[in-house]
Amino acid sequence: MKGCKSHRNYVARHLRNLPRSGIRDFFDIVSTRKDVISLSIGEPDFVTPWHIREASIFALDRGATSYTANLGILELRQAIAKYVKGSFGVSYNPEQEILVTVGVSEAFDLAIRTLVEPGDEVLYHEPCYVSYAPIVSMVHGKPVPIVTRRENDFRLTRRMLEEKVTDKTKVLLLNFPTNPTGAVLQPRDVRDIARFAIEHDLVVITDEIYSELTYEGDRVSIVSVPGMKERTVFLNGFSKTWAMTGFRVGFSCAPPELTEAMMKIHQYTMMCAPILSQKAALEALQRGNADMAAMHSEYLQRRNLICSSLNEMGLPCHVPHGTFYAFPYVGRFGMTSKEFALRLLDRQNVACVPGTAFGASGEGYLRCSYATDMDEIKEAMSRLAVFVKSLKTRS
Amino acid sequence: MDELLKLLKRNAQESPKNLAKMLKTSVKQVKARIAKYEKTGIIRGYQAIVNEDQLGLGRVYAAIEVKITPEREGGFNRVASRISKFPEVESLYLMSGGYDLLVFVKGKNLKDVAFFVSEKLATIEGVISTTTHFKLKTYKEHDVLMEVEKGHERLQVSP
Repeated sequence: MKGCKSHRNYVARHLRNLPRSGIRDFFDIVSTRKDVISLSIGEPDFVTPWHIREASIFALDRGATSYTANLGILELRQAIAKYVKGSFGVSYNPEQEILVTVGVSEAFDLAIRTLVEPGDEVLYHEPCYVSYAPIVSMVHGKPVPIVTRRENDFRLTRRMLEEKVTDKTKVLLLNFPTNPTGAVLQPRDVRDIARFAIEHDLVVITDEIYSELTYEGDRVSIVSVPGMKERTVFLNGFSKTWAMTGFRVGFSCAPPELTEAMMKIHQYTMMCAPILSQKAALEALQRGNADMAAMHSEYLQRRNLICSSLNEMGLPCHVPHGTFYAFPYVGRFGMTSKEFALRLLDRQNVACVPGTAFGASGEGYLRCSYATDMDEIKEAMSRLAVFVKSLKTRS
Repeated sequence: MDELLKLLKRNAQESPKNLAKMLKTSVKQVKARIAKYEKTGIIRGYQAIVNEDQLGLGRVYAAIEVKITPEREGGFNRVASRISKFPEVESLYLMSGGYDLLVFVKGKNLKDVAFFVSEKLATIEGVISTTTHFKLKTYKEHDVLMEVEKGHERLQVSP
């Protein structure tokens, strides 16, 4: 550093070696290019439904510019309790067990900070969302990945967990439907995993942000299994379901003592989630069912189109039963997924995220988001097909 | 409504191949279902949605509220059917409220529409009165916005 006398590295030691998100790296490359068709966007392409935006505008008009209760507006917590009871079959007390957060990301951070002590091990399945392992590392916990595989529809089973559990394991982290694989848990696996968690006295953090984007199968949350509510932190939010990513609002449901501990961190760091976002979230829960249904059927049609196109062009893709991501296998062309993604971007101007952004086990895969207009998906698929064909003829 | 119809209502030009992929069915099935809808009259036609204001042709459109005397045994149908046959009439609806029929008409110019109202529409037996409203600008038609606001741009890559 110029003009800086000290030779000390001011950055805390445990942060120095923490890699930044692979998505961030890829973003830097893509953003230098023009006219890219991007299938690398992890947020809905819909604008937040108008009545939800309007609720926020109305609140602003009325002068809603203050802090709220640390836990969040009580009326919103009551609406969350009703929604969670109706959709997941579990009752929570809005006064003590629900915390409104700045997105699920904050809720996840709070949960990890609340539960993990230095050296504690956290089991999680991989490929997975980019922030899980880093957040665990930041509190000096040990992230322990469990690799899920395409041959098995990226399922997580009790047997896989048994192989990795130790006496230091404290937390099991679940994210179904999974970003980036779109995997969902079978009810049988949910029950087995619950039994595993109880037997090993683990706390489960279940991030179910994509739960409303489940297309097939019974949607069963692990928190609804008897004996699990007491040991589960249930996370959900509004970003994916109602296209509200920029509002930054999510929530956690957890037993009172855990909620109280999470609230303490929240209180000292965030104070509360933004009031306008909370007002919008309330409107979404009270009158947003129709929006949800419309987006759901649109995503389903896009998924069908993208999966069938990928398979047709020779990129094997399992059926993602949830989320808005397809995760095709691109490992048979003698290059890494990063090389594949970069070459695809270079030759056809289509951006997809290399699977390795979601953990080492994502090697050989590409994440293609279908949270993009149908015409763009069609165009991207025909460009990708041309690209794949050129690779075949070369090799 | 059938998903196939919803998709066609949004984009009638969608290829049977893509429709089949989206609905997880075969091209043959899609074609057969469309043919059936066409044959039974559920699908009545396919049209382009044109932004005429942009063409600047100066054509005139009007919505006309029409009060009529219902007839014994025929109700409003006979008069409505007579009105609907005029080529000037684009759409015609029976309405609840202060008037009976709402008629959307088009003409080359103001005089054209005025002539149609005074000479043809108002003189039909059973028509009691008409109130004509001229259209000044089209904002949205058939679910389609005529001027697309430039939306907020998303980041090109996000987690």
